[in-house]
Amino acid sequence: MARPATLIAGAALTALTLGPVVAVILRAGGLSSLGPSHWAPGDAAALRFTLWQAFLSAGCSVLLAVPVARALVRQRFPGRGALVTVMGAPFILPVIVAVMGLIAVFGRAGLVNDALGGLGLPKVDIYGLHGVVLAHVFFNLPLAVRMFLNALQAVPGERLRLAASLGLTRGAMFRLVDLPALLRVAPGAFVVIFVICLTSFAVALTLGGGPRATTVELAIYQAMRFDFDLGRAASLGLVQLAMGLGAGLVALRVARDDGFGVGRDRAALRRDGAGWVRGPDLGWIAVAALFLLVPLGAVVARGLPGLALLGADTIRAAGHSVAVASVSTALCMAWAMALAHRRGEWLALAAITVSPLVLGTGLFLMLRPFVNPFAMALPVTALVNALMGLPFALRIITPQAEALEKDFGRLRASLGLTHWAWLRLVWVPRLRRPLGFAAGLVAALAMGDLGVIALFADPDRATLPLQVYRLMGAYQMEAAAGAALLLLGLSLGAFVLLDRGGRLAEA
Amino acid sequence: MLRLETIRVAMEGGTLDADLALAPGRRVAVLGPSGAGKSTLLDVIAGFRPPLEGHVSWQGRDLTPLGPEARPVSILFQDANLFPHLDLARNLGLALRPDGRRPGPEEIQRIEGALRRVGLDGYARRRPGTLSGGQQSRAALARVLLMARPVLLLDEPFAALGPGLKRDMLGVVREVAAALGALTVLVTHDPEDARAFAQEVVLVADGLVHPPVATEAFFAVPPRAFREYMGL
Repeated sequence: MARPATLIAGAALTALTLGPVVAVILRAGGLSSLGPSHWAPGDAAALRFTLWQAFLSAGCSVLLAVPVARALVRQRFPGRGALVTVMGAPFILPVIVAVMGLIAVFGRAGLVNDALGGLGLPKVDIYGLHGVVLAHVFFNLPLAVRMFLNALQAVPGERLRLAASLGLTRGAMFRLVDLPALLRVAPGAFVVIFVICLTSFAVALTLGGGPRATTVELAIYQAMRFDFDLGRAASLGLVQLAMGLGAGLVALRVARDDGFGVGRDRAALRRDGAGWVRGPDLGWIAVAALFLLVPLGAVVARGLPGLALLGADTIRAAGHSVAVASVSTALCMAWAMALAHRRGEWLALAAITVSPLVLGTGLFLMLRPFVNPFAMALPVTALVNALMGLPFALRIITPQAEALEKDFGRLRASLGLTHWAWLRLVWVPRLRRPLGFAAGLVAALAMGDLGVIALFADPDRATLPLQVYRLMGAYQMEAAAGAALLLLGLSLGAFVLLDRGGRLAEA
Repeated sequence: MLRLETIRVAMEGGTLDADLALAPGRRVAVLGPSGAGKSTLLDVIAGFRPPLEGHVSWQGRDLTPLGPEARPVSILFQDANLFPHLDLARNLGLALRPDGRRPGPEEIQRIEGALRRVGLDGYARRRPGTLSGGQQSRAALARVLLMARPVLLLDEPFAALGPGLKRDMLGVVREVAAALGALTVLVTHDPEDARAFAQEVVLVADGLVHPPVATEAFFAVPPRAFREYMGL
């Protein structure tokens, strides 16, 4: 039997997702306007580019993750555990911060081009398709590595012992043991990353753009911000919606392994890591580690001097970001507490197929007759971030909430515990660790989000990621680097604070 | 009288039928093979599983529409009878305050009295994790004392204990049941438990709850289904 809180939370989630969707569909002139005959010039190109960059990003991430994951599962070295943990960091890293780091390494005046110039070689350009793909691989390679690592570590020890006792060659070991495990996860990993990249907005905003590198999400933004063509924004929103739903359905069919959880990282008994293979393995690990860590190091190195240049606007934007993250986290956790069961998780997953920009466009259309939507920039950003964080929060909380219900639900019923007593005495104390982890994740994601705020914000209402973007656009690169470092500190700080809080207070 | 009238309940692999009456204050053992429906029977009595047909009543009052908390029933499960992060005072306090508020001085006295009666004097501030399996079972029984309901259901709560400890615990159950004057229904797969504890035996087999039989008579001429289960 559903409780009133669950019903209210479910109804609110449905209304806040479907309402904007309906607004977008109506404004676009109904579902029939999905046909190509209604498209503006450039829309087909945006759709093609979106699919192509998502395909390349997912393909590169998955292909590169295979040797890195195999190397990590075969080799033992000091700092291996720390490296696997750091692999989780890009997930909570603000996109704009990562982009700053990637520009510092691969940009026109970056480390790579300096080295190429020193060797007399032509420079590479980070803007355009390859920049977008590079950034997506930066974010999603660790996710793919974690998924493959989990799969390889889940190979039963008996099979590894059997392989050792049979004296299998490395090739046979790969074909018979590793490949089946990798193939089980690979389609899911590909589809999950493909879906993530379909809705990627901030990367396209900063590294893409122009007629040849515009995603549908970016086109929605351009239609709203530059042309203020709400009808076009809505019809693009419809395209994005159809694409998101289609990909979401495929993902639900294909993706089986969870990519968000913390890997078990059990030490497996493997004997195929010795000999000549150790060199290439450590090489792969070093390349992956450098690829992930050097941009982060560059953000810190370039940001430190920039901290002195933080202006009043940036400080005010940081305050807005902290407020948005706080409200998003509180709202998301309240939602998650009411929906932490399997059906709730389905509801939230259905909601995530609607992209933030589509939601933003819909909310803009809904608010416009009543208030000035630009004045609502911060509340809308907080709301959309709470919605976007919900599937992750539920993914983290639901398994343990269900286990708690399974273990103690009957005792609770036989004692006749009130709902409030159960929540206060049992649920929250027993789930503090996942609650803290989920809250940390949502806070960090909300703090670093550069999505719907870009649609709504006027100069007075920037969040910190938007402020970084504006400083970059104004070529104030040092100030932007300082603001990016501040943003990095706030995101990681929020995550660590809440995650640790949950662990320390655990009953 | 606890009456199960023409009960039919769904369970894994089919249905279970029951039609029987159990008198207040009696000690009854429920025996039968794994998966026969012994725990399902307790679930129906406790209100965790609604029957497809029939009625459950106590002293003439229909319990069928009531939830577990509203029934005159307390139950001990196979495990997870205590919240591990709460001390015994808070755990037992939930029997007196289902709203979860901290027990007051008078309630604390009652809790300490109940703990004393099960041999856990001075354990009120201990958490379950610091106790042995037997002590945890005693603490759960102390809570049964506090709930003071006239029907006590035991779903193999001592299955994880060694034979000596299990005998001790059945002794404690007997005392608690006598103190409350409660009808006690013990699910077990061990005939020795039934012999040592019960005045009557109910056999569950082949989708049917058989009527209760006096323990001596049951073991003197075991029914066919029981002989098959025991491999006799």
